[in-house]
Amino acid sequence: MDGDALTEQETALYDRQIRVWGADAQRRLSKAHVLVGGMKGTVAEVCKNIVLAGVGSLTLVDDSPVTEEALNANFLITPDEKLFAGRSIAEVCCDSLKDFNPMVHVSVEKGDLSSLSTDFFEKFDVIIVSNSSLSTKKAINEKCRKLSKRIAFYSVDCRDSCGEIFVDLQDHSCTKKQVNETFECRLQYPSFAEAIAVPWKNLPKRVSKLFFAMRVIEKFEESEARSSGEISLADLPNVLKLRKELCEAQLFNESQIPDSLLERLLLGKLEFPPVCAIIGGILGQEVIKAISCKGEPIKNFFYFDAMDGKGVIEDISNPNSAS
Amino acid sequence: MASEQQLDAIKGAKVLMVGAGGIGCELLKTLALSGFQDIHIIDMDTIEVSNLNRQFLFRQSHVGQSKAKVARDAVLKFRPHISITAHHANIKSSEFNVDFFKQFDVILNGLDNLGARRHVNRIRLAAGVPLVESGTTGFLGQVAVHVKDITECYECYPKPAPKSYPVCTITNTPSKFVHCIVWAKDLLFAKLFGDKNQDNDLNVRSSDGASSSEHVDDIFERKNDEDTDCYGRRIYDHVFGYNIELALSNDETWKNRTRPKPIYSRDVLSDNQQNGNLDQSCSSGDLASVSAMATLGLKNPQDVWNLAENSNVFLEALKLFFSKREKEIGSLAFDKDDQLAVEFVTAAANIRAASFGIPMHSLFEAKGIAGNIVHAVATTNAVVAGLIVIEAIKLLNKDLENVRMTFCNEHPKRKMLLMPVEPFEPNKSCFVCSTTPLTLEVNASRTKFRDFIEKIVRAKLGMNLPIVMQGTSLLYEVGDDLDEDEIRNYEANLEKVLCKLPSPVIGGTLVTVEDFHQQLSCEINIKQREDFDEEKEPDGMVLIGWLQVPTDTENKTSAQNGESTSGTGTDQAAPLEIAEIGETEVNAVSKKRNFSELSNSSVSHPSCGNDTKCKNKEIAFCTLLLRMAYEMAFFAFLLELRRRAFVGVQLPVAASISSARNQISSLPRSDLSMESG
Repeated sequence: MDGDALTEQETALYDRQIRVWGADAQRRLSKAHVLVGGMKGTVAEVCKNIVLAGVGSLTLVDDSPVTEEALNANFLITPDEKLFAGRSIAEVCCDSLKDFNPMVHVSVEKGDLSSLSTDFFEKFDVIIVSNSSLSTKKAINEKCRKLSKRIAFYSVDCRDSCGEIFVDLQDHSCTKKQVNETFECRLQYPSFAEAIAVPWKNLPKRVSKLFFAMRVIEKFEESEARSSGEISLADLPNVLKLRKELCEAQLFNESQIPDSLLERLLLGKLEFPPVCAIIGGILGQEVIKAISCKGEPIKNFFYFDAMDGKGVIEDISNPNSAS
Repeated sequence: MASEQQLDAIKGAKVLMVGAGGIGCELLKTLALSGFQDIHIIDMDTIEVSNLNRQFLFRQSHVGQSKAKVARDAVLKFRPHISITAHHANIKSSEFNVDFFKQFDVILNGLDNLGARRHVNRIRLAAGVPLVESGTTGFLGQVAVHVKDITECYECYPKPAPKSYPVCTITNTPSKFVHCIVWAKDLLFAKLFGDKNQDNDLNVRSSDGASSSEHVDDIFERKNDEDTDCYGRRIYDHVFGYNIELALSNDETWKNRTRPKPIYSRDVLSDNQQNGNLDQSCSSGDLASVSAMATLGLKNPQDVWNLAENSNVFLEALKLFFSKREKEIGSLAFDKDDQLAVEFVTAAANIRAASFGIPMHSLFEAKGIAGNIVHAVATTNAVVAGLIVIEAIKLLNKDLENVRMTFCNEHPKRKMLLMPVEPFEPNKSCFVCSTTPLTLEVNASRTKFRDFIEKIVRAKLGMNLPIVMQGTSLLYEVGDDLDEDEIRNYEANLEKVLCKLPSPVIGGTLVTVEDFHQQLSCEINIKQREDFDEEKEPDGMVLIGWLQVPTDTENKTSAQNGESTSGTGTDQAAPLEIAEIGETEVNAVSKKRNFSELSNSSVSHPSCGNDTKCKNKEIAFCTLLLRMAYEMAFFAFLLELRRRAFVGVQLPVAASISSARNQISSLPRSDLSMESG
């Protein structure tokens, strides 16, 4: 590949990972610009992983102040009020991340993710959204899709010991190697709105129950105008009511979304750090795959539940519109 | 988030982490965030630059410092009120004995070598503390749980032997680049710069023709007044030219092979083309920076040099060794961090490769193969660390029904990137966790006791401080507290053949071998056997009951391991193949298993070879496997799954899928589907 050779410093620092993904991929990483919004534990993990990997730049958006809750699963924050008083989570995390890899430019963008302009998004190759409302996710995803430049969009959330990743790479071409042969592959992704609009009854029988449960919770938060995660067990009766409505509308069996699972998601205001590490690791890997165009990326949802230990990919796309 | 009960168990737990490297950094962070408050961490290593891409608790300024201590300090910054005790020490040292292990509720391994894994396995078995074992290579990872008497131990199932290549492949008929690397590193480099008294097959093979071995010895020796340029060219012409011609003279060898091409320096280099500006460089006297690449103006380690460039690097590196590092000659051992050594080995391997029609490789790639470098990324380590903590919490809650072994796949299998597998039972004839005796077939009138100690007790049984008894008579022991008489007696015993020992070890006798530190004892029935196949049974002894994966399979994987370090990276042909076996066989196995049996069953993940130092018939490529122990373990485990699935041994009797489903649905945690059957 053309372009600048890696510097001696880069070769030394990235030696072990260049042995995994090659020098080309490393060069592409170093030219990629990533934007993340919603700095909770899972995103802290993702940021750590991609800063270590050596992306070109990382921009953080999260104006919220550092609270006790923010400390829970976020190792980027030193729990010393003197250090974080009066500063946003993004600012505090930015300092820690800069330290991880001096070759990566880490910065903070003030404001709210949903109010940032389409022009602003154009600067980036990858946008990761977390801890955001349903409407924000949809809106940002749509903004990305309107740009002529292809931007990889991800949304990620951990609730209780469950995690969800959504991936929209629009029209993505990559190489994958299998048994010493390299294949070109091309994938068409639906947007978030399109994916969640796929009629449930059309989906294969064994789709992760988490997919449906997350949709119910997300819809509940939206209908009550709550921000993401502002829910508790007290909401269970109303959530069950919403489940019934949604399932009736979708001609879908309610038992596919167990009460116990919804209860767990309602309780899970705090992230479970091991799941943050797992989801953050998988997402970090996906971002690297998308930037390097090497390896087949997830299409288009990933679920992990510590209860059964499975990390499953689900393809939720309308077969008629997606290809 | 964890339940109240889980949180209490976490807060009250005392855990031991072994290893503060790639997995260790992630693990310590996740443990601290998850609420663990009393963590001990042991690691003997210091921080290197190439760690910084993934061991995120370390910074450039920490290079050279203790991993365990820096990791502790870094984590205390975001969790200041927990207790982390750092031990900058070798896990095998005697302070970490069974009593030390007993103070912990669970042991968490983030190790990079087989020897230490085996050692921890034995001590934690003796201490009765559960173990969560882990490992990663590239995008592949694995986590397993070992509980005494309930699950397999780390050593219950076959371990692939360390990678070794038949000596004739290395000296006469290389067919892969890795063969050229082994030749350049273990033979040529060792011959020119290493200990002259060490056996070296370069002598043997070079003397195959008319020349006597004494004559050959002279060839490699630099004559008193010999100019280093002349010396270098003489060595070059001897090993790449003369020796190849000699080999070509044996027509039999080349009947079904491509004939190699002798290469002489005069054909590759014109006389005045020689070399870089030696005198201008490295005036600083910093020996570590001596580099043939630098003096020759070669910059990019990713470039593949042509034959002339390789030849120049070969001669220049050799010259630099004699001019700048003469004091070290005679005592050098190959080290992947020694730039000049890597340059020399790369060039020599490439010239040999050119001679044999094998594609040449870049210094970066050659370094990976020669240094047995395991490729590693932060993401896999983060995922594996998360999985370790989840399993550790189950163990602390005595939730043995739900412990799992988990594989991280690079490509999804049955839609899964993270694939949990039900645990397995202990192997009833495991020499580590059961008391079943082993059997040794040996010719007691020909085999020296020393060979028994080295090849069986140390290499295969992995004992560090062995005591060997026949009946009540002590034949051998190691320790600081021996008096001179004892040492003399034991030394004398080593030179005796087995049947001539003070208490003869002959067919029908029982030998007891113990390691007090590991608190491991095993009994070996001796069975007399006259003859052994030199090729297949090079030890001249066969240990029965000690399982090992068939050699051809190991060769295959290891060779691919070596090659998969080629910069294009993500390919990983071998792991892919492995994962595929994994899926099919795991399927087959899970069909045969009954969920209710889980509480009695176990997880395992067998590891790999032993620390054998093969000095005789084969050239050891031991460290490759030590470093890559984990990948091997993964492979061995899958082989074992396949074996069980096919042979049907040790699997609980299959219950019908529907009854398994019923039981599943009655379990409290069954809100998500468990087994598809």
